[in-house]
Amino acid sequence: MGDLGLILVSAALVNNFVLVQFLGLCPFLGVSDRYPPATALGLATACVLSLTAALAHGVEHWVLAPLELEFLRLIVFITLIAAVVQFTERVIRATSPVLHAILGLYLPLITSNCAVLGVAILAVGQQLSFFGTLVYSVGAGVGFALVISLFAALRERLSRAAVPSAFAGIPIALVSAGILALGFMGFAGVGR
Amino acid sequence: MSAELTPGISRLGTVLTSGNPAWTSLLGLCPLLAVSTSVVNALTLAVATTGVLLGSSIAIATLRHRIPEFARLPAFVLIIATWTTCAVMLLEAYAYEIYGSIALFVQIIVTNCIILARAESFASRVPPLAAARDALIVAMGFAAALLLLGAVREIAGKATLFAGMEQLFGPAAAGWEITVPGVESGLLIVVLPPGAFITAGLLIALSRGIAARRSARGRRTDNPPDAVESRS
Repeated sequence: MGDLGLILVSAALVNNFVLVQFLGLCPFLGVSDRYPPATALGLATACVLSLTAALAHGVEHWVLAPLELEFLRLIVFITLIAAVVQFTERVIRATSPVLHAILGLYLPLITSNCAVLGVAILAVGQQLSFFGTLVYSVGAGVGFALVISLFAALRERLSRAAVPSAFAGIPIALVSAGILALGFMGFAGVGR
Repeated sequence: MSAELTPGISRLGTVLTSGNPAWTSLLGLCPLLAVSTSVVNALTLAVATTGVLLGSSIAIATLRHRIPEFARLPAFVLIIATWTTCAVMLLEAYAYEIYGSIALFVQIIVTNCIILARAESFASRVPPLAAARDALIVAMGFAAALLLLGAVREIAGKATLFAGMEQLFGPAAAGWEITVPGVESGLLIVVLPPGAFITAGLLIALSRGIAARRSARGRRTDNPPDAVESRS
């Protein structure tokens, strides 16, 4: 139980996927200029992430490993992710039209979010148990949602600040992300 | 689509400098920031990405009439994933040591938006040769951004350049390492994750500043350049 708690904290904060491992930067910088869609996208990505990691774990241990088809891992995982994203879009459209209107454009892009594929590959690489994988991916998803909403809030403030013209937009966003990453380095060593 | 040789060369110039896809649209930023801790890592990923981009562009251009419209994206992704798997296997076989340090990011080439963007907007509409040329130009732009960031971070962060090249080019390359004279160690922060974001931000701001200065100077062509210099 203590181990699972450690995995959760480590995946969400200490080894944050965006700021420490550089996964999922495209949505992190692309969708973070306003707070509400960023948070919604963060949560949707977290759901897709946990679902795919759990399914990927199953496929790896019940299909690929017994048949010695590990070299097909990438192809199988990316197909799996596309299917889960499709499924999530259907569910959101059926249950919450409002959320679907906000996220509609960004949802298919979750397929090409490297954090989703990265978490599935890393979880398999670390040979975690099924519950370990689940906790690891939930932690990763929570970390992603946390950081993207923090950063969107930061950028809303930045958009009103007087920034030198060469730094306006992307450069100042990158430098702010660097300072945020500096803050997250403070978690290094937690739970060791 | 013919007689594109001269525009091709001028386009290469744009892609390498101001119109670099990695800087302007921030496509493919994850590998750019993650792998740019040293030149050798950057070079390995640049070579792998070039191979995957070239292979999948040619494959998609060749199959463009056979891929049905509704299954376009899944087909592109599967083709890219196949070429990425090939790149992973080749690196595992011939450069295992260096592959070990960037393994995840080689696999993540599958989700590199630059490749999918070229497939969707260009390679699926033109014959294979044009797609191959476009892929090479775009890959060189990505590689230039990756190598520049890698070189800056290696010099500032570790005070070396071209360290560890023997992992890629064999023992003969062991002597390629250059150390910055008079400096014992670099700024550690530049190699750590925050340094990646900050260095990339500073480099983009620098290139924008230079571009703005140049266009301002271009507008005042009647003024002698010295007058502009003394004013600033």
